[in-house]
Amino acid sequence: MEFYRSRKVNRRTVTLGSAAAFAAVSVFPGMKLAAQEGEAEDQLEIFSWWTAGSEAAGLEELFNAFREMAPDVEIINAAVAGGAGANAQAALQTRLAGGDPPDSWQSHLAKELNARYVDPGYCESIDDLWEEEGWADVIPEGLIAQSTIGDVKYVIPVGVHRGNVVFFNKQVLTDNGIEVGEELSIDDFVAAADTLMAAGITPLALGSKDGFETPHLFENVLAARLGPEVYNGLWDGTTDWAGDEVKAACEDMVKMLGYVNDDHPALTWDGAMSKVIEGTAAFTSMGDWAYGNAVVAGVEDNIGYVAHPGSAASYISVVDGFVLPVDAPHPNNARTWLKAVGSADAQLAFAPNKGCIPARTDVDASQLNEYGQWSAGDFAKAAVLASNAHGAAADPQFQAAIGEACVNLLVSLDAEAFQMELADAATAAELGA
Amino acid sequence: MAAEIIAPQDVQASRAKRGRYDRLIGPLLLSPSVIALAIFVYGFIGMTVWISLSNWDTARMNLSLADPLLSVYDKLFNMTRFQINIRNTLIFTVFFLLLAVGLGLLFAVLLDQHIPGNALFRNVFLFPYALSFVVTGVAWRWIFNPETGLNLLMDVLGVNWFLGLFGAGPFAPKWITDPRVMGDLANIIPLPDGIKAQLGFPMAMLPVIIAAVWQLSGFAMAMYLSGLAAISDEVREAAALDGASTFQLYRDIIIPLLKPITISTMIILGHVSLKIFDLVFAMSGRGPGYATEVPGIFMFDKTFKVLEYNTGAAASVVMLVLVSLVIVPYLARSMKEV
Repeated sequence: MEFYRSRKVNRRTVTLGSAAAFAAVSVFPGMKLAAQEGEAEDQLEIFSWWTAGSEAAGLEELFNAFREMAPDVEIINAAVAGGAGANAQAALQTRLAGGDPPDSWQSHLAKELNARYVDPGYCESIDDLWEEEGWADVIPEGLIAQSTIGDVKYVIPVGVHRGNVVFFNKQVLTDNGIEVGEELSIDDFVAAADTLMAAGITPLALGSKDGFETPHLFENVLAARLGPEVYNGLWDGTTDWAGDEVKAACEDMVKMLGYVNDDHPALTWDGAMSKVIEGTAAFTSMGDWAYGNAVVAGVEDNIGYVAHPGSAASYISVVDGFVLPVDAPHPNNARTWLKAVGSADAQLAFAPNKGCIPARTDVDASQLNEYGQWSAGDFAKAAVLASNAHGAAADPQFQAAIGEACVNLLVSLDAEAFQMELADAATAAELGA
Repeated sequence: MAAEIIAPQDVQASRAKRGRYDRLIGPLLLSPSVIALAIFVYGFIGMTVWISLSNWDTARMNLSLADPLLSVYDKLFNMTRFQINIRNTLIFTVFFLLLAVGLGLLFAVLLDQHIPGNALFRNVFLFPYALSFVVTGVAWRWIFNPETGLNLLMDVLGVNWFLGLFGAGPFAPKWITDPRVMGDLANIIPLPDGIKAQLGFPMAMLPVIIAAVWQLSGFAMAMYLSGLAAISDEVREAAALDGASTFQLYRDIIIPLLKPITISTMIILGHVSLKIFDLVFAMSGRGPGYATEVPGIFMFDKTFKVLEYNTGAAASVVMLVLVSLVIVPYLARSMKEV
């Protein structure tokens, strides 16, 4: 009896013991990994959210440029997929907070760069690299401003996307007797949309599932109604969010939403682009990455593009750059990497794959495709503005508040309530303070 | 017998030694997992609670406590969006539990009738459980997209033509894109002033509930099948001898006997549904007017997109409390039984 009991106890102890051992084993590998870092500089770890076909090809071109400068270094591609970068940013934020930065990572400029990386102290100044490489002479002023926080430059812009473009199905427009020239005014668009509505075609395709698409459309509408200067004032407090100009833009926005497809909550931006490609919708207002979908579908001949109605004087830029972290595991390689991606050759090789244009203006634009040449031409002419939907214009809280106002607007379609919500958010954001 | 040979004091000594050894070895072997649990579960829960009370609302860490202490929670519960989230979670949980458990019981009882093809059906019902929520979410998003999927299928099958014969409109529910919220609790009972969300049934939630029920009713069925197998044939025979009809047998004997299974299933599925994230995120996302957003998505947005760590942590704590309300009574009960 005694013997049996003690054996029972032993068996239980053994079970618990093995559970404990298992727990210990599953905890420790993580520590071992951390210990492996900080060896000789034979590696370079680059973090981005470029995992899809053409984006990944663009990244590979940047890698090639780096390999030419440092052939013996092994490149670790630490890209994280999904959600227009939202998933990657969450993963990166966790790594940075845990003191485990990659050697360099992809960042949008201005407010997003500051709120996510510079303000918490994750980024090192690269003023000296800007000086050494003479980037300030070849990168336009609008982008230099977006690369600078305080007086310090923290990022080298690599490629520039345009956010305020409408893509349209040429065949659908021809069938309905609509012509689009070099520019499209708000009134022309409204007239065309009414014609299309009457013909039973969705005038404007929208996908609102990912949450950034509606604010994206709204900032295009804002830029169109307000013009570049007043638009810039929205983000530094000089333009009144409760004023008449914004009121007119809010009314434009409600008008636009009257032209969109009913199933937008179930679609993302690429679903909206598919509608234009298929011809069930005529226009969609999106960044120039949407053109890549037309190229992949092999129908780029039938897809036209023009600046978002009324916004030809503006170039809303969505810029990707790379930064230098504090305590980079391989700091020398990281600096070499930044020099590589800042070079004209690398940017020219990168741009056509990514579907953007180089951030440098001293490159030979004739090597870009037809769309790229159009975009690069406007980039040189138009006012380069910061995008709110893509994080550059406003800090994350204000950006999110605008996003929430857009979600509510999609249901209420009430311009007045929308403007009130925006004005409250602007007050809370203490712009210009 | 052996004690006759060994001196009694030796036996006592060896017992004492063994006892000391047991007393030592148990805690010693346990300690790594206890320490790991203490740090990685309870330590981090504590840290989350602290963050939810702090001023940390940018990427820069700031663990100073907010003043007043509960101001983050105050702000959180005053947000229309979060009130909508809580409403959605409760609606989802209630309807999902009723349907999943109800269907699970129905399938189990039907399979219990020893019909041919029994094993096949059992597998068919259980298979969805093997899929990940993301797969389910994406597939059902396509099915419930109003312009493709189910509505298109109905049109192709001639349902709309058939309805047209009677002058009825086409079959075109808006499914996950429907912004309507049906009913309002405020019309039935007076609500406190702070409640800004409309406490009704968000129509866009319906397809999400259907998808979740599709995935997890098989799990409930498996639970009930194991419960049914444990009910001995004698019970059924005794009931039959007493003249009970099949309906009476199930209503008065078998289903009451399955009560522990019902409770366990409710608890397991209940905590899944209160914490749900992936299915909703993949299927409808935030939904029109946040009609399908749940606290998990809100927490993800606030923490990682907006970098308001304190608001995100507070939402996590609210979720933890919700789940605890379900789990703790169950744990307390099962402790008592042991």
